[in-house]
Amino acid sequence: MKPIYLDHAATTPIDHAVFEAMKSYFSQDYGNPSEPHLWGQKARGAIDQAREKVAEFLGAKPQEIIFTSGATESINLAHKGLIENSKFQIPNSKLPHIITSSVEHKAVLETCKHLEKLGWAKVTYLPVNKDGLVNLQDLEKAIQPETILVSIIYINNEVGTIQPIRKIGETISQINKLRMENGELKIYFHTDATQAIQYLDCDVEKLGVDLLSLSGHKIYAPKGVGVLYFKKGTPLIRQQDGGGQECRLRAGTENVPYIVGLGEAIELVQQKKAQGSKFIEKLRDKLINGVLKIPKVELVGDASKNSPHIATFLVEGVEGEAMMLLLSEQRIAASSGSACTSGLLEPSHVLLAMGYKPEQVHGSLRFSLGKDNTEEEIEKVIKILPGIIQKLRRMAPKL
Amino acid sequence: MNFSQIYSKKVLEHVRNPQNMGEIKNPDGMATVGNKICGDIMRLYIKIEKKNGEEYIKDAKFQTLGCGAALATSSIITTMVKGKPLSETKKITNQAIAEALGGLPPAKMHCSLLAADALKKAIKNYRQTHKR
Repeated sequence: MKPIYLDHAATTPIDHAVFEAMKSYFSQDYGNPSEPHLWGQKARGAIDQAREKVAEFLGAKPQEIIFTSGATESINLAHKGLIENSKFQIPNSKLPHIITSSVEHKAVLETCKHLEKLGWAKVTYLPVNKDGLVNLQDLEKAIQPETILVSIIYINNEVGTIQPIRKIGETISQINKLRMENGELKIYFHTDATQAIQYLDCDVEKLGVDLLSLSGHKIYAPKGVGVLYFKKGTPLIRQQDGGGQECRLRAGTENVPYIVGLGEAIELVQQKKAQGSKFIEKLRDKLINGVLKIPKVELVGDASKNSPHIATFLVEGVEGEAMMLLLSEQRIAASSGSACTSGLLEPSHVLLAMGYKPEQVHGSLRFSLGKDNTEEEIEKVIKILPGIIQKLRRMAPKL
Repeated sequence: MNFSQIYSKKVLEHVRNPQNMGEIKNPDGMATVGNKICGDIMRLYIKIEKKNGEEYIKDAKFQTLGCGAALATSSIITTMVKGKPLSETKKITNQAIAEALGGLPPAKMHCSLLAADALKKAIKNYRQTHKR
């Protein structure tokens, strides 16, 4: 039996066309883009082309696109770069303020904690409701005179909740108008759009974002390449010093083949986006209907409002890693927010923030779909999973 | 995702075919231990038999809610104690359990502690309920 991969929120395979587009840039067109000779200029041209593709996809200008090593680096640069710059704007007695949510990816949360630890910023972590949504009024209330950054994830990677990025963008833009009139600090708006690229409108103008991070390997491009969009005029101080690459905001010789791959992948996403995500949504709904037939299993969040590619369940009386293990024996890949699967032995901060108890999170199981999954695969999972849960429940003590 | 990279063959064998799983009705000793770190819960039942003035573990069974490592440590500890005199169970440390499984990943060593703790507490429970 062909293995069934249902962990696309973790990573995706490299698309065949993407791989083909990358190939010649390893040992044939290997020039350094900073060099004026033929080799260098061929590589330069390839990067420029990729940059244009990404810019077009995001509705941005090419000079607003920085290639990085991934969304984590993009996020670090956006947050740390902006805060470092604010040191010149805000008197030393006052700390710049960041507003983010309690359901961000660790890349945002740990970066914010780092800035707090350095004493460079204070941070508000907004709570979320049972579906994982932030409340716009909470956000408005949290704004302070020193607030210079709001950072909210577009689609949550663990449960698929879609945050109201557009509404937040509108709100911040209105508040900024007033603040500018009064000569106050501008609030910049960052979104981690890593999970959203394939499924939602990521036009930066429509979203009203100043900064947007994304990763190649979630959209069928390789691992190790990502993008930071920064709106013209967003004051960033680079966090990696060296040469003048990437608008002087990210030093280091460009990763040409991977950048080419990312450009190709995002173009493919754009071409396919018109067809919509009905197919994946249909598969996801089939999976949800099947899995919810198992007794004492709960779906996390509101599927009708969530991203079509993620379904997370809480299975009572079973631990997540054990389910993953037995699924893996049947060659099915899924994921879990159980403490047992995390190196730090902490249950998922996202599910805890949504109000679930640690013992519920213990039995969490995430399936995330991709473009190559089939109906037969979903049927197979629905057939196999009840037996696995039954087996593990039989092993558990009655409490 | 390949669990054979994470766990030893022995661990996976015990997860696939757990030994002595289930409940002992009217056990002589029983303990339920929980791991506050990760949330796993393990229950161990023992039945004691006296032969020539010495106490033996005649039967041992487990019920566990937990990850692969927790299931495997609970399964193997039952095989390690069955038929052993109580006086010898002191040798069954968490290290011995992990070794019997062909090793555990560092992040899962606490599961072997859980099993060792369950055994210790089940014996203590037996001593408390069977005072001479």
